[in-house]
Amino acid sequence: MSSDGPAQTDLGFTDPNPTLGPKYGRVKSVAIPIVSVFLAFAVGGILIYFQGVNPLTAYRVLFESALGDSEGYLRVMQKSTPLIFTGLAVVVGLRVGLFNIGAQGQLTVAAIGAAWAGYNFDLPAIIHLPFALGFGMLCGAAWASIAGVLRAYRNVSEVITTIMLNSIAIALVDYLASRPFKEPDQPLSRTPLVSDSAVFATFGSIPSGFVIALIVSLFFGWFLIRTTEGFRFNTVGLNPNAARYAGISVKRTVVLAMAVSGALAGMGGAVETMGVVGRFEPGFNAGLGFDGITIALLARANPIATIPAAILVGILRTGANSLQFETGIEPEVVDVILALTLLFVAAPIVSRYIFRINAKRKSKSGAKS
Amino acid sequence: MRARWAWTLTVIILVGILFSYTQDELRTTSVLSFSLRVAIPLIIAAMVGLVCERSGVINIGIEGQLLMSAFAGFFGAALTGSLILGTLFGIGTGLIMGAVFATGAVAWKMDQIISGTIINIIATGLTSFFYAQGKTLPASTPVVAIPYLKDLPLVGPVLFNNGLFTYAAIIIVIFLQIMLFLTIWGMRTRAVGENPSSADTSGINVQRTRFINVTLAGGLAGVAGAYLSIEAAGTFERGFTAGRGFTALAIMIFGAWNPVGAFAAALFFGLTQGVASQLQADEVIDIPPQFINMLPFVLTIVLLAVVAGRVRPPAAVGKPYEKD
Repeated sequence: MSSDGPAQTDLGFTDPNPTLGPKYGRVKSVAIPIVSVFLAFAVGGILIYFQGVNPLTAYRVLFESALGDSEGYLRVMQKSTPLIFTGLAVVVGLRVGLFNIGAQGQLTVAAIGAAWAGYNFDLPAIIHLPFALGFGMLCGAAWASIAGVLRAYRNVSEVITTIMLNSIAIALVDYLASRPFKEPDQPLSRTPLVSDSAVFATFGSIPSGFVIALIVSLFFGWFLIRTTEGFRFNTVGLNPNAARYAGISVKRTVVLAMAVSGALAGMGGAVETMGVVGRFEPGFNAGLGFDGITIALLARANPIATIPAAILVGILRTGANSLQFETGIEPEVVDVILALTLLFVAAPIVSRYIFRINAKRKSKSGAKS
Repeated sequence: MRARWAWTLTVIILVGILFSYTQDELRTTSVLSFSLRVAIPLIIAAMVGLVCERSGVINIGIEGQLLMSAFAGFFGAALTGSLILGTLFGIGTGLIMGAVFATGAVAWKMDQIISGTIINIIATGLTSFFYAQGKTLPASTPVVAIPYLKDLPLVGPVLFNNGLFTYAAIIIVIFLQIMLFLTIWGMRTRAVGENPSSADTSGINVQRTRFINVTLAGGLAGVAGAYLSIEAAGTFERGFTAGRGFTALAIMIFGAWNPVGAFAAALFFGLTQGVASQLQADEVIDIPPQFINMLPFVLTIVLLAVVAGRVRPPAAVGKPYEKD
């Protein structure tokens, strides 16, 4: 990726490099997120201290409950699985210069879609598993495509549409879970349990969904760098004008990338439903999509770096509950720590003041009107 | 052409309101009052986006700025026991959030969308963490009826019998319309948003103009946030701005980056919700409440799809300014 100045086009794309900040060498691009995480923990510690709890005790509780025993490991893996997918969804968007804030909505729609395909049919597992997973992905892709098509053909900002689609998705699944898809004779609005043939099993202490997430991350690491389609994605993201001159259909690429992004978020929702929750319950997966944004930026839009970033967030989210149970600290302290991490990574604070990198970019002044 | 389309719609709506007023005075008034209450925070928040984008900065962080200032306004008022102090806390917090956003998006030349997203995530985290249950406001905000005007038929009870924030919102819109198009500040702001290099050449400090405008716009977000928690809801809940900051951006686009246009768009937006809830309450239409909740968001997308191709944003919006 070059580091030319932001290239604006009639579609309004910006060069993804400014999005992710200046390009650093290999060492710094690993070191900066790590230092940022530690800084965020330090500031979070101050907050915890003012709540009257020793920060070191609090952090020990947090990490011990997440990493102390095999049960903790299992929960961390379960928690990280949808996060890897939503992180990847945001990464794919960023590569094409799209900011998909709607992973949450895509994931929610896919979760209920997969639940419906899971409980409504009675098929052999070998057909049922891919069918329910595929149906969930299709729901997520369709949901994201609304924003993709509007972006490509009507020049409507995908940021606003995906946010609106998030709110619509919440209302829609709330309706579906309380009326047509509702479990009969139950006070709660939730779907019935999916059939056994549509459950992602846990082998030993490794959930199969987690393995799928790892494989998909590796696949996208390969796809974005080694395939023609991946090359198109990156080219459109870096400079849509150049892409157009090279004969790449920018509109087609935008729609496709958004659909892929939605399918990834959808995979997260489907795997969560079929592997962990077993049914759809409104509110059960709140926040997974938004954590995806944090993860993608923490990973600097690198699909493979999404894995450690998602696991970190998974650990924090797993430990947060015990934190409240044992020390009385609000679990939302994790949100603050994640927000600060994001701030330190995305803003040139760490790079400028700790690593003394001059974040000035060359301005070759691209397309000017 | 777009203008004619908008005027036609306005006339149809006004005729519809008048007809409905002759049929049922009370119900029409109550629907319109409800619509105005929906529209007020959207109007002010749309002004935040408008001032930023006219200066060349996309502010996706309005949602977070609203949330933080609604939080500060409510808990400020609850702890000090003064609505005025609470409102000032809200506006002050808005200014701080505006300055933080400006530091990232203008001074550090970060990607503006990312900067705004960070503001949103930080605001969600901080307000959830420091949220405390069981606090109440010391008093409810006074309703100020304007003498004589309040006795006018239809517009009197709807427009001139409101809380102070409502009047403030109307004044802000008119003030900004004048400021943007008739003053030197407005000319400089628009120059910086349309063609920053030329503005720079003619001696305008692009970075400083953007920084100041984005910060002041944060103060406006503070007003909107304080309105939401202190006047409209009288309480604060986690995440209770419910996407208004984003809807406001859409309203700004419908209004073609024009304060009075955005005002009209917000009123239209409020009216659709007002009518829908009244029809629901009267059991004229029987649709699940979830679909009523969806309505503003679906409407936003549909209107954006219709309008987006026909209006033109400020030319330099979204691009950090780099000197050649």
